[in-house]
Order: sequence, then C-alpha cells, then structure tokens
Amino acid sequence: MEVLLDVRGLRTQFHTKAGVVRAVDGVSWNVRKGETVALVGESGCGKSVSALSVMRLVSAPAGRIVEGEILFKGRNLLDLPEEEMRKVRGREIGMIFQEPMTSLNPVLTVGRQLTEPLEIHLGMTKAQAHARAIELLSLVGITDGARRLRQFPHQFSGGMRQRIMIAMALACDPALILADEPTTALDVTIQAQILELMKSLSRRLGVAILMITHNLGVVARYADRVNVMYAGKIVERASARELYADPRHPYTLGLLRSVPRLDEPRRAKLRPIPGQPPDLSRLPAGCSFAPRCTYVVDRCRVEVPPLAELSADHLSACWLARDLPNLAPAEVIGR
Amino acid sequence: MSPKGEEANKKIEEANSTTAILEVRNLVKHFQIGGGLFGGRAATVKAVDGVSFSIRRGETLGLVGESGCGKTTTGRAILRLEVPTSGEVIFEGRDMARLSDAELRGMRRRMQVIFQDPFSSLNPRMTVGQIIAEPLAVHRIVPDRTARAARVHELLRHAGLLPTMARRYPHELSGGQRQRVGIARALAMEPSLIICDEPVSALDVSIQAQIINLLEELQSEFGLTYLFVAHDLSVVRHISDRVAVMYLGKIVEITDRKSLYEDPQHPYTKALLSAVPIPDPAVEAGREHVVLGGEVPSPLNPPSGCVFHPRCPIAVDDCRRVVPELREVKPGHQAACIRL
Repeated sequence: MEVLLDVRGLRTQFHTKAGVVRAVDGVSWNVRKGETVALVGESGCGKSVSALSVMRLVSAPAGRIVEGEILFKGRNLLDLPEEEMRKVRGREIGMIFQEPMTSLNPVLTVGRQLTEPLEIHLGMTKAQAHARAIELLSLVGITDGARRLRQFPHQFSGGMRQRIMIAMALACDPALILADEPTTALDVTIQAQILELMKSLSRRLGVAILMITHNLGVVARYADRVNVMYAGKIVERASARELYADPRHPYTLGLLRSVPRLDEPRRAKLRPIPGQPPDLSRLPAGCSFAPRCTYVVDRCRVEVPPLAELSADHLSACWLARDLPNLAPAEVIGR
Repeated sequence: MSPKGEEANKKIEEANSTTAILEVRNLVKHFQIGGGLFGGRAATVKAVDGVSFSIRRGETLGLVGESGCGKTTTGRAILRLEVPTSGEVIFEGRDMARLSDAELRGMRRRMQVIFQDPFSSLNPRMTVGQIIAEPLAVHRIVPDRTARAARVHELLRHAGLLPTMARRYPHELSGGQRQRVGIARALAMEPSLIICDEPVSALDVSIQAQIINLLEELQSEFGLTYLFVAHDLSVVRHISDRVAVMYLGKIVEITDRKSLYEDPQHPYTKALLSAVPIPDPAVEAGREHVVLGGEVPSPLNPPSGCVFHPRCPIAVDDCRRVVPELREVKPGHQAACIRL
C-alpha cells in the first residue's frame, strides 16, 4: 500500500537548564494510506513530541527539530514555508487531542469553530459551511445539529466534546488524523463509543490514523501496526497481531506482562518492570532500557542496539531479539 | 439518640469485634448548588444516594464506577472529609457521627487515605523526611526527635524507598516515588484501614504494577484493610477480595471478586466489563462488545425508576417506575435490577 506519511531519522530536542533533552532521538516510521498506526509508550517516551514534530508545533525556542525528514504525500514538511504548513494543518492532516476542553475555544460557539476552517481552507460560503457542519455532527453521532451548533463547548459532556473534536478533524476531508491519547480522559464506556466511532469513520472515509497512546488494550483493538517507544527511540515495530503474540523487545515484553488482564486467570503477584524511566537529558551509554532490563548482558551497556529486522515487518532494537523467546529473565534484585 | 439506635449500635459492636472493621449503612451525601448570593435555582446533586456495605478486617473491597458515580465522595464521607447528609459509618465498632472532635482525630489516625495525584497531596516546600515526620510529631506517635528520624527511615524502607530519599523534595521525585512517599506517610499513623482513591491511575503502566505489589505486601505485613476506589476494572480484579460497582450514586452490584468477574449479573457491570479492551489482538478479534449508548446522566436530574434504564439494553417499561432494591440474586451476590 502507498505510504502517506514517512518520517525519517527524526531528531527533536529541547534545550533546558538541566541540559539537552533528547525527546525524539532519531526515529523513522511511516503510515500507509487508510491504516491505523500506533505509537505506544509511557510518559516522556517521545510519542507526543513525535506528533507535534509532524505538525511542526514543537514549541520554540526551547524545542527544535534538529534532524530528519517528514515526507507527507512526497513533500518534506520541514521544507515548507510557514504559510504552506498552515494549509497542511487542519486541512490535510487533522488533529485530536486528549483533553478536548483545552483545544476547543470556550468563548466561541461550536458552530463557529466548525465552520471557520471550512470557510478558510475550502472557501465555502457561510450557508455551505453551516450545512456541512450539521452533516459533520451527524457523522460523529450528534443529532439536532442546528441547535447544537449554537451552543458553547461547556454545554457538552466530555465524550460529546471529543466527538466535536473528531468532527473538526474530519471537516476538511484530511488523508491523515493524528490522535494524541484521544480517549485517555474519558470513562471506559465512553472510550469504547469514541474508539468504535473513529474505527468506523476511518474505514468509511479511508482516513489514516496515527494513534498515540499508553493503553495497550486500545492498541490491540484498534491498530494495524504498532511502534513501541522508549526514551525517545522506537524499540520495536510489528503488526499488532505479531507484536502481542511474539514480542521481541524486553520492554514490550515487560509492558505486556505488567498489566493485569481480565481474560487471564488472576495472578498472585503482578510482574512490574523494575526501576524508573531514565532522565532524557542524562541517558546511559548503550541501550537506554539496560538499567531496567532483566535480560541485560555486558554488550547492552556499551553499544546502542539498532532497530533491526527480524522479518520484513517485525523490527526490534535489542541485541538478544532473536533468542528472546528462549531466554529466562535474570532474577530481579529489589522491587 | 433513640433507644432503638443504641440497641442496634451495641449489636454492631459485637459483630464488629469478630468481623467487620467498617460498616457503611445507607450513606447519603447530597450537595446543594445554586440558590446562593447570586440567585439561580437551588438544586441537589445526589452524589451518594443510599450506599451500604461492610469490609472485613484484612480484606480489600474494590469500589468501581465511572467518573461522577460517587465512589470518591463515598470514600470522603467515610473519612468525614465530607459530612454525610445521612446514614451511618461505623468504624472499629464506633459510629463516626457521634464522636467528639478529639475522638474523631484519634479515629482518623486509624483510617488513612492515599490519593490519586501524590504531587498535589505532598507539600512542595517540605522534604520527604519532614512530610513523613510531621504526623509522627503532631499525633505524638514518636515524640522523640532521634527516634522519629529512625522511624522515618524505617517507613521509607517499608515503602520501597532508600533512606537517603528523606532529604529530597517532592518535585525531585518521579510519580511512582511520590506515591511511595504518600504510602509511607499513611503508614506512619499505623492505620488499620486505608482508603486508596485511584492510587495508580496517574502512574505509568510499568510503575502501576510496582505500587500494586507494594500495597499487597504491606497489607499482609501489617494486616491492613483497604477500600480500593478505582475505575480500572483489571486492576480492581487483581487487588480486591470483593467488589462493589457504583452507578450514579448507588451500588448496583456487590459480590466476591470471582462471582463479579466470572458471572456478572447487572447489565451495567456486563457492559463495563465488555468495554475494557484486552491487550491481545487475537482475543479482541473474537470478543463481543456491548457498546453502551448514551452517557451517564447528570446526578442533578437522575432518571426515574432505575437510574440506569435509559442506557440499559434489557430495560422494560417497569424500569422507568420501579427503583430496584439491591437484593441477593444468587448466594452471596447482590444486584439492583428488577429483570434478574
């Protein structure tokens, strides 16, 4: 399938008093037409900064994209003048964030916020934009659109606001939507509604989705392919099915083992990953995960393992990736 | 106090000495909003609307539900951080409502709380050592300074932290370490009951498991009882002996862990369980999902009859009129639904 977004060797850094934070440290990944790709990882792993980099929304002057290419439909977004980039944002690439209340303008009606991009980006008349806005609301399951358009964001519940965000992201018929933790702030039953909605819209409209999340369950249900990030790097990439059935990085393995699962017999004790995530301004030499890894060998502490192919669509950045299923984790000291 | 109430109290005291450490009876917490200085129509938010349960010594009761269901308010009303509108909270055989302020302070020592966001519950200007030492001094648990420092180190060790952490400030710690400090501070009071209010939901997945294991170790070491308030059904299943499910201020189902997860009865519990995605695409592909329509109604204006009826897949006409009582639908398994 045709590659829509191709991120190559992206490096995004933040200059702080504590030193240079390597938030995204040379990552490459892509999204093909119509598919859902996940960037998974814990807080501070660089998944959100990756998405902000694609949109060129990394806050300057502290944050800077220092290296790499972001090819969208063949054009390098990093080379575009700001004016061109503004056309890409919202029109060709839509965005959905975790907390809809902070991304919606509280003093403008929902109608105004939905119709404005239609008028600016697509040159619609007021009447056309209004009709399209009602259509968009019904697309995301909000009935009584004409009345709802006159209301303000605070008059909607959290789940409804997220539906509005989705409608806004879809407004200009984008080819790609970046969804940064789109359901993290929502309750489980509402989360299920929103994710089902996104899935069905993506199928119907052929929109590709980059889903950024920490929730392994959400990824399992909705992603086609998965990139696992740790300390600014991608440590494993595979199809969702393969990643969960045959994880080949100790971090992925650790994440999957540490969560209790409703479909498995209850374990007497959970198996957490020991230690803490590293400080991104003072990364250890060698593999960043080595200090927490139960499979660690001497080589890991000196040489950074590259993201290498195990098969055509399964990559892992671990020296032991090939043998991982046959290895027993070393005894963990402490807790 | 009515003689009848006194008699009932005595009975409970007897029962408590052998089994229940906490007994909550018909707890109600309503908030009045509006109708104040700036006018507006007064209204009542029925945050907790007649909740009853008991916890046996040494067990963990999970209290689950979505935001706004009243689970946190229930915890706060038990601690008397909110004064209940009505109902009884009997802790270690004593009715919390009838205690003098001094007695209440004493009881509060025995009943501690761990919050969701450890950062906002730790004083940023105090070192970790001072944070843990403060209650030891205030409550005269360890009045001697030197002994107190030693006790702080011991508590830090119990919480899985190095004694050197005592000199650090909260902002220097990671989320998991802060939660460990919160746990050490709760332990300092030598409580018998700890109310854990979403203790791991702000933490990263890899750290959540560390904290849950720690809570379990401490429970068996010190014979602690937990009321574990959370929205994550997988975590609650792991840690709880019994589970109560709340919806819009009411308990809709309560039973032991095994029955709740293997044989849920209430349609809301069923929907909740089916909404939890399982981290395995092979399993997910074959799973049937009951996606609940609509949203949780406002507790300002709850639906008539069964509060769940507008979203319930099996509701009938009667559900709009009849308020279902929480009743035994199977041995040891209570649910509030007239269709069962």
